[in-house]
Amino acid sequence: MIPEIGHFSLILAFCFAIVQGTLPLIGVWQHKPMLANVAVPAARLQFLFIAIAFISLDYSFYVDDFSVLYVASTSNSQLPIMYKLAAIWGGHEGSMLLWVSMLGLWTMAVTIYAEALPQTFKIRLIAVMGMVSIGFLAFVIFTSNPFERLIPAALDGRDLNPLLQDPGMVFHPPVLYMGYVGFSVAFAFAIAALLDGKLDITWARWTRPWTTVAWVFLTLGIAFGSKWAYYELGWGGWWFWDAVENASFMPWLVGTALIHSLAVTEKRDAFKVWTVLLSISAFSLSLLGTFLVRSGVLTSVHAFATDPRRGVFILLYLVVVIGGALLLFAWRAPKVGLGEKFDVVSRESMLLANNVVLVAAAGSVLLGTMYPLLMDALGAGKISVGPPYFDAVFVAIMAPGLFLMGLGPLAKWKKASLPEIGARLKVAAVISVISSVLVPFIMGKMSLMVVVGVFLAFWVGSTSLILLANRVKSRSAATPNLVDNLKGIPLAFYGMFIAHLGIGVFILGVTLVKGYESEQDLRMEINDVAKIGNLNFTFEGTQTIKGPNYESQQGTFTVTKNGKAVAVLHPEKRFYPVQGSVMTEADISPGVIKDLYVSLGEPLEKGAWSVRIYIKPFVQWIWAGAILMALGGFCALADKRYRARNKKLSQGSKEGEQEAHEAFAS
Amino acid sequence: MKRTAKFLIPLVLFLIAVGFLFKGLFLDPHEVPSPLVGKPAPAFTAPLLSEPSKRFNTADMKGKVWLLNVWASWCVACREEHPALMEMAKISEIATYGLDYKDTDAEAQAVIDANGNPYKEIMTDADGKIGIDYGVYGVPETYVIDKLGIIRYKQIGPITEQAFFSKILPLVKALQT
Repeated sequence: MIPEIGHFSLILAFCFAIVQGTLPLIGVWQHKPMLANVAVPAARLQFLFIAIAFISLDYSFYVDDFSVLYVASTSNSQLPIMYKLAAIWGGHEGSMLLWVSMLGLWTMAVTIYAEALPQTFKIRLIAVMGMVSIGFLAFVIFTSNPFERLIPAALDGRDLNPLLQDPGMVFHPPVLYMGYVGFSVAFAFAIAALLDGKLDITWARWTRPWTTVAWVFLTLGIAFGSKWAYYELGWGGWWFWDAVENASFMPWLVGTALIHSLAVTEKRDAFKVWTVLLSISAFSLSLLGTFLVRSGVLTSVHAFATDPRRGVFILLYLVVVIGGALLLFAWRAPKVGLGEKFDVVSRESMLLANNVVLVAAAGSVLLGTMYPLLMDALGAGKISVGPPYFDAVFVAIMAPGLFLMGLGPLAKWKKASLPEIGARLKVAAVISVISSVLVPFIMGKMSLMVVVGVFLAFWVGSTSLILLANRVKSRSAATPNLVDNLKGIPLAFYGMFIAHLGIGVFILGVTLVKGYESEQDLRMEINDVAKIGNLNFTFEGTQTIKGPNYESQQGTFTVTKNGKAVAVLHPEKRFYPVQGSVMTEADISPGVIKDLYVSLGEPLEKGAWSVRIYIKPFVQWIWAGAILMALGGFCALADKRYRARNKKLSQGSKEGEQEAHEAFAS
Repeated sequence: MKRTAKFLIPLVLFLIAVGFLFKGLFLDPHEVPSPLVGKPAPAFTAPLLSEPSKRFNTADMKGKVWLLNVWASWCVACREEHPALMEMAKISEIATYGLDYKDTDAEAQAVIDANGNPYKEIMTDADGKIGIDYGVYGVPETYVIDKLGIIRYKQIGPITEQAFFSKILPLVKALQT
């Protein structure tokens, strides 16, 4: 009964989505307020029924209803309750329902928090969200129904893929999808503005916080995913340039460009056409990512659903949504105008350069991801594009961008002077150059990659600090007290400061782990000692332990340094009988300076094992950097400019201008 | 006019991408052409499942066109493929030999007892070493080997009706003449 309620709710939600996506637009066009005002209630009812559907599916998992095909194929009665939660979105149907639920959630948020928008704009906005929703709900209902019955019911479920039986998988998909789908709001803003024919400061101003929220979620989602790959796959890698990873990374890059471009549009009324295009592109890449992952056109370590019918459906959807948006763009954008002029040396041009770099980087990732498909489609044979391409091209594009990142915030709007920027950056240059020599010297090995990486990390970090110092200095005459001075600086500024610092921390982590990680594959018998650097890893043997739905060989390794115990690690080799699969559970002793990482390979004769031991210096900095970036986003959101949502727009924009100058005056 | 054309660029790029994506839907990225096709099948001897004391030797297969089907009791897709193999066994031109890959004899025998035996013989490859020689990376896989011991075709994944009638059967018939 419950699954039928879920299925029926989904169909009702689909009906409301159709209402929400069509009638309000007709209403606005024909000046029929009765029709136009349907938008908000339809959107809210749509969300209500999606929520009912989602909860119905949760319930079926909770009570182990194996007469539901999806439950039977991704869950099991022995599966711990936490992983049943992960199982809800552990398969194709459930993850698509999650996608739709997130879209419903975002639409709901728009109906609540977009009160102060002009009525017609808001109605168009909600209608566009409704249109996006129609396609996805149809996709779920017609090709990926999670409520399909299995009759007769299975005695027990086929269990969740053991790789996904991990706490990280409880959080990673919802957070990532929040980000992915969140770009739909910026997309809808852009479409509504194009329909309106008005692309102005207020539009940028209202898009900004929504974009930032989505970006924060996407940042965290990608970071969770990377962390999961690091400890769960047992290879010690944190990023594989896999198609699925790239699918989430491309919207992130374009979303990052969008955040910066929106800042220019809001502050300077420039880059308008470009900003609209980025708004469309960010969400288009989210959709493209969904297509790539869900249609099976690309091979991936995340081998999910492969069903050409689904692929055709999503592709058709892409054509309608993205194609329609780009057509509207081609029709309306030429009338927008280019906005304010600016000098070659100015913050505008720096941000433009930043945008070009980020988009080029996203383009290079897109090309690498699609290349095997292009070659295959052209009959040029099967090839695969791996990390060597991505590492080389991506780094080459991003490095100059990171250098500019240090300059940009220090340059003035409209027209800046190079000598002035230069004078401000002297200290940063000195710090960065010294660090780039000193750090490799301390770590004991010099390489070009490390020197450049460390230079860029310190460059980004120190320029951010100089920016803060300059800021404090310029205010010190008016507010001599340092605490008051710091308090008076807008949160938006701190947001940028923290996020940029996060980039520095991230680069440092990436550089040091790439430059100084060590890896050993060993055959170890009981009581064998592996010596790596000044650490001794002693293999104490394995014992069999029983988990809730697996059996495990658990190894014990004691790590000592100069005779003193540092850590005890328990890597496991687990056997999950339901799927008959063997999983490697690495054990990691994380640290600020380095991670110790041990994973069990294959059992060899007489209690010996093949063992993999990694030392990963500064690897945690990678995720710390990502968390700082997200924190920066939160900070920017907390800025009072964005909290004043109930103020009328007209007065808001004037005030905003004032505060904008305050926030970014350097 | 020229100004407007510039704004069409994103749409055009997108439509080109869609063209490739559409084509991509009908290509199978998992289908990696085996470098072994056209090369001699790696020689091996292996114990038979029915009588482990006897050994199968690829050298004995010279002069015959045969199919080597790699399978295992733990492989779900193999169970899906099993009925197809049973049907194929009824066709006189087809001689299918099974290689039981990384499996235990008892479990493999249980599957055969339960579902029937479509194979002329079943060889066991408990440690998967023969599988490595053949570049097995997913089970089931099926090789068509000609009279001179050359691999002529490799099917990755279960043999589908379409693959059998459009590729395997015509190929086997052609090789036999």
